[in-house]
Amino acid sequence: MVVDKEISPNKIEQILETVCDPEVPVLTIMDLGIVRDIKINGEEIEIIITPTYTGCPAMDMIAMNIRLALSENGFHKVTITSVLAPAWTTDWMSETGKQKLKAYGIAAPNKKFDIPADGVECPQCNSLNTKLISEFGSTACKALYQCNDCKEPFDYFKCH
Amino acid sequence: MENKLIDHILHLADTTLILAQRNAEWCGHGPILEQDIAITNISLDLLGQSRNFYQYAAILIGGDTDEDKLAYLRKEREFKNLLLVEQPNGDWGQTILRQYFFSQYQYLLFEKLQNSKDEQLAAISAKALKEIKYHLRWSSEWVVRLGDGTGESRSRMLKAIDELWRYTGEMFVPAAYETAVDIISLKNEWEQKVKTIFEESSLPLPENVFMQTGGKQGVHTEHLGYILAELQYVQRAYPNSTW
Repeated sequence: MVVDKEISPNKIEQILETVCDPEVPVLTIMDLGIVRDIKINGEEIEIIITPTYTGCPAMDMIAMNIRLALSENGFHKVTITSVLAPAWTTDWMSETGKQKLKAYGIAAPNKKFDIPADGVECPQCNSLNTKLISEFGSTACKALYQCNDCKEPFDYFKCH
Repeated sequence: MENKLIDHILHLADTTLILAQRNAEWCGHGPILEQDIAITNISLDLLGQSRNFYQYAAILIGGDTDEDKLAYLRKEREFKNLLLVEQPNGDWGQTILRQYFFSQYQYLLFEKLQNSKDEQLAAISAKALKEIKYHLRWSSEWVVRLGDGTGESRSRMLKAIDELWRYTGEMFVPAAYETAVDIISLKNEWEQKVKTIFEESSLPLPENVFMQTGGKQGVHTEHLGYILAELQYVQRAYPNSTW
């Protein structure tokens, strides 16, 4: 593919919409809000990303997948810059992202449960009669719950 | 000036790395699955924080150094971590108490560091603070649960206090490089917070204990060498090997 016209940020955004979080594959990196900026200078593209948690092992893979997706679309001069400030927050997660999480079986972040506590809505049966099992779950971003009604265990994507 | 900043960043990096390594020793050995996951989650957060600090230190040092060289190729006397974090895991109570003492300190310290004039130090601290809140809540709840639990859990907590208290004084004795924040000013608040949690746990606050120091200057207890022997083994045995 020959790129002879100016690169549009829209086009780049569309490509980034296809890059998913390897640990929560139902979310794209755009849904998560970790893409902070896209800078275009001629043929050169700089993608500014921010990590969710400092120790999140998915970040290196995400950077690689961004590079791959852009390369597949003919964009090869790509720099990926990671910035820490302002610190990532679940407030940046899109509404579509939250709906996708629920459909996937993960309760979406909810301001009411800024500190994880009993009562997060069960993503399976919508019951509020649920209990917190642990503030730490299978990945840094999740807490572990169980529903007292349908008995299903589930993850809650923590406010951060 | 620049060297002071580098040393300070390395001190923060080493402290979080060594505690991450200690907590990771629990992987697969936690008392129950959920708590095994909790302590290793905390380990992962601390490892992430240490990577941020090492990466920043590597930029400040320049040349061909990088985060891996700083973690894997420095010797015991070059490590500037707190003595507290290199202490053995002991039983669950001792691990919990070590985490609580440290998280309480790290929370107060990073609250200050997030306003540092150094932008990168401020950014790392602000980000880490969100994680530390979880560590602090989790570890203080466990201190109360064990201290105010059964006769057995209480006696183990008393033993843990006896073992670890002597390493807490060092946190508030500033090293020459710790100029970014007034460390001494954190002491009173730390003691007040610990006092509250100990009262809730019916645990006694020790008095007049001789405090060990030296970690910030690279003079460690005998435990650090063993940790590094394990942590650095692959790079020492197969230099420059990559994953």
